[in-house]
Amino acid sequence: MKEEVLNIKATETQSFRQFDLKKKTRIGESVIQALLFFAGILSVLTTVAIVYELGKEAMLFFGNPDVTFAKFFGETKWQPGIGQYGIWALVSATLTTSAIAISISLPLGLAAAIYLSEYASPKARGILKPVLEILAGIPTVVYGYFALLFVTPILQNIFGDNIQVYNMLSAGLVMGIMILPLISSMSEDALSAVPRSLREAAYAMGATKLESSLQVVLPAALSGIGAALILGISRAVGETMIVAVASGAGPNFSFNPLEAAETMTGHIARISGGDLSYNSIDYTSLFAIALMLFLVTLVLNLISQYIVNRFRERYE
Amino acid sequence: MNQRHDHFPEGADFNASLRNRYRVATIWQTIFLSALLIAIIALTALLYNVVDGAFGFIAYEYKDDPAEFTSTPVNELTKDELLVILKENLSSGAYNKLENEQPMQERSQADLLTLFLERLVRIDTKGTWSMTDSLLRGDEIRVEVAEKYPDAILEFRSWLTPQFLTTPMSSKAEFAGVRTAILGSLWMVGLAILFALPIGTGAAIYLQEYAPKGWLTSIIQTNINNLAGVPSIVYGMLGLAVFVRTLEAFTSGSMFGVTDSNGRTVLSAGLTMGILVLPLIIINAQEAIKAVPDSLRQAAYGVGATRWQTIWHHVLPNALPGILTGSILAISRALGETAPLIVVGASTFISIDPDGPFSKFTALPIQIYQWTTRAQSEFHAIAASAIIVLLILLLTLNATAILLRNRYQRKY
Repeated sequence: MKEEVLNIKATETQSFRQFDLKKKTRIGESVIQALLFFAGILSVLTTVAIVYELGKEAMLFFGNPDVTFAKFFGETKWQPGIGQYGIWALVSATLTTSAIAISISLPLGLAAAIYLSEYASPKARGILKPVLEILAGIPTVVYGYFALLFVTPILQNIFGDNIQVYNMLSAGLVMGIMILPLISSMSEDALSAVPRSLREAAYAMGATKLESSLQVVLPAALSGIGAALILGISRAVGETMIVAVASGAGPNFSFNPLEAAETMTGHIARISGGDLSYNSIDYTSLFAIALMLFLVTLVLNLISQYIVNRFRERYE
Repeated sequence: MNQRHDHFPEGADFNASLRNRYRVATIWQTIFLSALLIAIIALTALLYNVVDGAFGFIAYEYKDDPAEFTSTPVNELTKDELLVILKENLSSGAYNKLENEQPMQERSQADLLTLFLERLVRIDTKGTWSMTDSLLRGDEIRVEVAEKYPDAILEFRSWLTPQFLTTPMSSKAEFAGVRTAILGSLWMVGLAILFALPIGTGAAIYLQEYAPKGWLTSIIQTNINNLAGVPSIVYGMLGLAVFVRTLEAFTSGSMFGVTDSNGRTVLSAGLTMGILVLPLIIINAQEAIKAVPDSLRQAAYGVGATRWQTIWHHVLPNALPGILTGSILAISRALGETAPLIVVGASTFISIDPDGPFSKFTALPIQIYQWTTRAQSEFHAIAASAIIVLLILLLTLNATAILLRNRYQRKY
């Protein structure tokens, strides 16, 4: 800075000269811009690296003559070490826990969003919103502790011997609590984005607050809520620690929430946590699962984003 | 509510239907509110459950009677007495190993007492109880313990003690602490931020200030938003394949002359976590840069500043609080993440402090996971204590972020 000031003074003493208005090439500026561009493109490289690395190892897995797509998608036993490659043993648990989680978090999250956006006074919002924000900030391993040592004992009291110590129900319920803040905050954004004029038109027709909320505002915000739901599903499918702690260790093809079963994520966490030799079928199989996980969540996220963007165009 | 009327109700009919509609409205309002109450109850139950686990009765026996080693009561032993006892009774191999870790003379009395109890007297825990049980059913527990273990000592114990923070890992829950885990977490988060903050801020500057509107920019932007939604365990797999395996020479430090490690170091974990929080940092920094009004830029250009001068001297200083808030949020995300660390290979049992980027490490959430999944209840108690430590850490960080935001939030 100081030098620049000095320079200005120096030029002042010189006689006025014609300014050269041509654009100068400034090497420093270009170097900086190139570095910044590299930082920006690095995120794309991350995605490429994920696809490449997961794909490469997954190819090794599927390249194994013993593994066929028919077995992978058609069978229900998963034990790569002894030649069982049925991914359904893991997918069933992912589906079950996610379904439980969504059936908890969607109604609760939506109801919370409607209350916060349509009913709550600013003061009530000031108290209620932080609760959801705290829930959203709690590490998932803590939810795992909560599931195993608080929810499971309660379920054991209710179901007695019918329920196993590790079970999908407990993991699913707690996962629902974990996803609730996500669904409610996204739904609330969607509800708040509905123009006031729609509500006022409904009131002018004599609608009660409930009728205006449920029959006018809610349908108008439906796409945003759909986006929230899809993102919630994606989050549930990718959640690891709750299921790793509470839902059981060992693939089990079952949709019974009272049984123990291992999800895709839980399986990756358990197997990779142990001693694993590179290039073994166990190692490459994990990448096949991870690739599937990545693709499923990617598609869900893209759909959710597409919906949100379309929705935004409509009202802004 | 959904009834369709053939004709609009009039008179008494209208009043009746209006009353009904209001009644339904009130019921639904209560239902909406109860969703939030359930969330509050869940949060309360979770916090209560954690605190409940961290304090409570413990019943233990001494495997060897302390009287065999000394005539002084356990609680009155001085440092010198303890030194003598340890020297006399520990095998010379074990003693030298301890001496190597930290000279015995320099250890505190509490440390030595722990060693005495852990190595010589050997506490044998018979059972632990939660805080609620201990307070409400204290007498029953006393009777039960007296019947089952006549020799056992029953004590109310806080598992969360200053000592818990400063002692390293141990295979006995009674003597385990989170020192190694906290240091590991700090190393990991420090490396992650060192990597992600400059790159994330750079990417945000590029996207907000330089990037031309076009397909490439919109791909980068969409991609960043998508990366924010990729399951954390997938990042773990990426870290395993890239940092732990492919770049092993770098992350294990063997290219710098470190010989005693493999790729499963705190550096690999830090880089993995850095990539994980990168989208979070970029998105927050973008918001912060977006909030800087255009008039500032125009003014800088007006007096002849170049693009970078404008950014460096005007945009960045004004966006800095927002960028810092974003980084704090990223730090708290990284502190709580567990799954990628498991995959990248955090050690589950390690009692040596990490002393550089190439050390093996463990982290707080890893210890919580490890202890929660153990069968013995005393490990659940230290898991609860570790959770309290983690939650306090996160709460402090987030409070700082909020203060920072409120303090520097400018309205233009």
